Order: sequence, then structure tokens, then C-alpha cells
Amino acid sequence: MTLTRTNPVSEAVSEPARRRRIALVASKGTLDQAYPPLILASTAVSLGWEAGIYFTFYGLDILHKDRFEKLKVASLANPSGPIQLPNVLGVVPGATAAATKVMRNWMSNSNMPTVPEFLDMVRDSGVHLFACATTMGVMGVEAEDLVEGADIAGAAAFLDYAADADVTLFV
Amino acid sequence: MTETQHLRENAVVPEKETLDCSGLLCPLPVYQAALVLNRLTAGDRLRLITTDPGALRDVPAMARQRGDTLHSVVEEEGRQVFILEKGGTS
Repeated sequence: MTLTRTNPVSEAVSEPARRRRIALVASKGTLDQAYPPLILASTAVSLGWEAGIYFTFYGLDILHKDRFEKLKVASLANPSGPIQLPNVLGVVPGATAAATKVMRNWMSNSNMPTVPEFLDMVRDSGVHLFACATTMGVMGVEAEDLVEGADIAGAAAFLDYAADADVTLFV
Repeated sequence: MTETQHLRENAVVPEKETLDCSGLLCPLPVYQAALVLNRLTAGDRLRLITTDPGALRDVPAMARQRGDTLHSVVEEEGRQVFILEKGGTS
């Protein structure tokens, strides 16, 4: 029996180029730390990449409908914060609210989106939003507490996504 | 490149759209430019105006990553004007 190559040309056709991918972990729930993963993910999709963010521990507040508008900037142990106070004054009532207000003004005066607006931007542009299932269990967060489109998943699901990533960053 | 050279070089192919991102910081100029480029056809040109100094590094990087072409950059009076062409096959 003779084997005949019927279509050698098609075998030479290479696979289409795989899109680049970034996999981010957002682990912090302060206003200042909510922005970097959202900025990186929105930029990545603008470059034509795939992007996913795994929101875990305090970072899950960024996906929490009752909390994402109320993220704060710490006035204590934050020497680079908007209001630079010695730690002994950082505990004064109102110091966190004041630091938060200053940062909100910075963002608003620079035409930067709010966190909820940013979340809409990244979701609308196809960023995959992983909500850490363990955090939800530990902190008593329900599925209906989270923004639309959140994908409740554990570490294995995120690592499965991150295994094919070109860039991975922990924030 | 002078403004005159720039105008001459780009007069042949008119821009399909102009996007003014004055006053916007990273990631918004790149994000908004990508939204426009995504709906243009390959070969279409976009005139992008920015004031963020970081855009001088970001817009060429965006074009390289997306496979679009950056034809020219002109800096004038605190702003940058980029002429981009959408890549790919139409």
C-alpha cells in the first residue's frame, strides 16, 4: 500500500499567532492599590492582548458592589500617602477619610475614571474577572454581592489561565 | 519632521478619524485609541492628539503590539499628534 500526500501545502500552513496574555492578581482593597491592576488590564486589552485579574482577599472588595465605591486610602503606615502624617497622628479619627478625599480629588482632577467606571471599562473590553471563591467563603461574600460578569473560581482555575500567560503580576 | 513635511507626507492619505485625548493620562489615550482602531478597517488612518508626555512612549508601543503602523509624531505646544494606520488585512 502506498501512502500519498494529497495536500502537502495545507500541512505547511502555520497556526495563527496566539494572542499575548497577562494574568494579574489584585490582593489589596485600598483605593490606591485598586488602580494598578485595572490600568494594566485595560492597557493590555488595548494592545490586543487577553487579560485576566484574580481578585483575592481584600482585593475582592474591588468587585463588591457595596464596597467598590467606598475604597479608602490608609493614613496609617502609608508614608507616601496623600496626607503625610506621623503614625501617631494617622490614627486620629478622620485622617483616613481626609487622605481618601485627597486621592479622589487627584483622580477626578486628572480625568481618571472612578473604580466602578474602570471596572465597567475592563469588563466591556473583555477582561476576565476572577472572584476568589475562598475569599468569598472566608469573608461571607455572596455571588449576588459581586459585579456582573465575575467568574467565581479557585486558585487552580486561575493558574490554569495564568499557565498560558506571557506576563503575570501580583498587586 | 516639521509640520509642513508632516502635512505633505500625510496629505496623500487622509485620516479617517481624529481622536483628541488632551488632558487624559495613561491608560485612557491608549484605551480610547484602541477602541477607535478596533472599529476601523485595515489601512484606515487615525489622527491621535495627546498631552500626556508618557504617550510619546506608549503610542509607539501600542502600535507595535497591535500590529498597527505609526507613520509620524509631531510635538507642538505641549501636545503630541500621532498618525496611526490600522494594520492587518482588509
